Amino acid sequence: MSRIVKRAAAIAIAAATAAQAQAEDIKVGLLLPFSGVYAALGEEIEAGFRLGLDSFGADSGATFEILREDSEASPPVGLAKTRKLIMQDRVDVMAGVVSSGVLAAIRDVVDGAKVPLIVANAGNDEATGKACSPYITRISFSNAQLNRPMGKYLVDHGVTKVVTFAPDYAAGQQMMKAFGDAFVAAGGEIVAQEFTPFQKTQDFGPYLAKAKTSGAQAVYAFYAGSEAIAFVKQYDSFGMKEALPLYGPGFLNSQLYVGAQGAAAQGIVTALHYVPTIDNAANKAFVAAFTAQAGHLPSEYAVQGYDAARALVEAVKSGATDRESLAAALPRTSFDGPRGKTAIDPATNNIMQPIYVYDTVAGPDGPTQKVLAQLPVEVDPVNGCEMATLN
Amino acid sequence: MQGDLGFWVLQGLNALQLSMLLFLLSVGLTVIFGLMHFVNLAHGALYAFGAYAAATAGAALGFWGGLLIAPLAVAALGVLLYLGCIRRMRRAGPMAQVLVTFGLIFVMLDLTRIVWGAQALSAPVPAVLDGRVAVLGVEYPAYRLFVIALGLAIWGALALVLNRTQIGAMIRAGVDNDQMAACMGIDVERMFFVVFCVGCALAGLAGAVAAPILSVTPDMGLQILVPTLIVIVIGGLGSLNGAVAGSLIYGAVQTFGAVLFPQLASILIYGLLAAVLILRPAGLFPARG
Repeated sequence: MSRIVKRAAAIAIAAATAAQAQAEDIKVGLLLPFSGVYAALGEEIEAGFRLGLDSFGADSGATFEILREDSEASPPVGLAKTRKLIMQDRVDVMAGVVSSGVLAAIRDVVDGAKVPLIVANAGNDEATGKACSPYITRISFSNAQLNRPMGKYLVDHGVTKVVTFAPDYAAGQQMMKAFGDAFVAAGGEIVAQEFTPFQKTQDFGPYLAKAKTSGAQAVYAFYAGSEAIAFVKQYDSFGMKEALPLYGPGFLNSQLYVGAQGAAAQGIVTALHYVPTIDNAANKAFVAAFTAQAGHLPSEYAVQGYDAARALVEAVKSGATDRESLAAALPRTSFDGPRGKTAIDPATNNIMQPIYVYDTVAGPDGPTQKVLAQLPVEVDPVNGCEMATLN
Repeated sequence: MQGDLGFWVLQGLNALQLSMLLFLLSVGLTVIFGLMHFVNLAHGALYAFGAYAAATAGAALGFWGGLLIAPLAVAALGVLLYLGCIRRMRRAGPMAQVLVTFGLIFVMLDLTRIVWGAQALSAPVPAVLDGRVAVLGVEYPAYRLFVIALGLAIWGALALVLNRTQIGAMIRAGVDNDQMAACMGIDVERMFFVVFCVGCALAGLAGAVAAPILSVTPDMGLQILVPTLIVIVIGGLGSLNGAVAGSLIYGAVQTFGAVLFPQLASILIYGLLAAVLILRPAGLFPARG
């Protein structure tokens, strides 16, 4: 090769490298379950996350490289994948995490390695309570946050005696406790509490029959995924809806499941941080863009992915470029998104957001959500979180 | 509440409904095991496939179309499984069989996820059975009564075939002593094949019947596998009566356990399983004396 060609090649390479260095390259480790029981949620969050980067990333001046890893919703697998993302791939920031078990397992590694993590689902109260970390910012929700407002809402609407239903694991217990405390404080009475074996109960018939004769006015239930579909359908088939109206956190009849639940979901009043029918401009744009790409309406999981990406872009826009600066900038992000105005609580790094109470009604393409009330932002108690300062 | 007749009727029907669903699954598995000494752990995956087939066909042809097509589709899958894998594994010993069929569960689980997506599906209840019927003063979902009736009908039909027909006698002979049966001129291998396909079809039927009650998810086969194995171990491997007895016991313990002793609901059945294994290691109604 002649000397001139060599030199030309060297210049070209140098120019290319310089161009790369100018446009900041942010490596994002996306840790989500793409197999196992939460695979559907993982797909939904990823779709939202990618749409968020596409929608907002361009005007940040940075390019984003996504490295996706399958946590299989299993704590040991999630931990191994987190180590790989942090140590081998050297990501600048991590996002995702559906299962609270995975979040608990990776918390110390993320905190120790000082890698910022945007939690896009896992709602365990402790993650922004006792186990809070300045490197972990939760953009999704906390279990207590979604259930606490319903305690007062039910009493205000004349429901004072309920039976509660939830799967017997951490999230189910936290949700029922947050609801129960607020409900009793507002003057309600919990007649009975049923905790069904988690992921081992497919037939709720035996439990439902018991609730019917309990003398309660209503049922307050939390289920998610296939359990939610089975519960709602069986609740309807036993004719329970007429006698005991069904309430709960909105995972019970999420947009993700109403198609499968069909008419059985109608008339269930639930509370959630997002439904696709929220009436604001940001949500209309999001719903249109998501539906065009994914072919179905976005669920709360999709918006969590979308907002996680948006928080990341906002942090980059404010000048953050690496692990340290991203960790400092992420908890300061605040924006008007599909959910309304959201911000991060500096005391816990948990999101502060409005909660929507909605009824499920028949629509032209299957059941849809009719928002009944937008409950004001309620900040979670600190729950033993002692937020360390970044150095 | 417990003193009320309605309570016992309602929960009794719940127990019976669960029993009949488990019976449809376990009878195929237990006869395949009894006849072929073959542990087919992929049976649960066939059940899941049946549910998906019913949900898909049901969307196009209605519930009854799905109910008819699901067993046929699963039987066809059973033929492929038999020719591609099980026939080769016949003499491979139980350890290899368990490993291969256990692996098949995960292969089929991921295949259903690739084909149908990770999102849970659901099948509608047919209009005729959508509603409730009064039984002894208790309002009970009509569809669940249909499941009970279907299970009882299949039980009756199988009992008739196994005890009263020539093919039934041949199957019983094969379960009892397959080498002697082969010496008597019975084409044991062909009989195995037919029984295997019928077992698969029943698993598909169970999936189709369960789809409107439960939700259709890729891992539903894994969830039902352990209860099914418990049923055939309690009942006794290889026997029709064992499958019936095991299903009834499982359904009753699970249902009444959940209502009367909710704290113990998930361990009661394992306690019973342990007790049966200690006192009657061959199960309550073993096929071979």
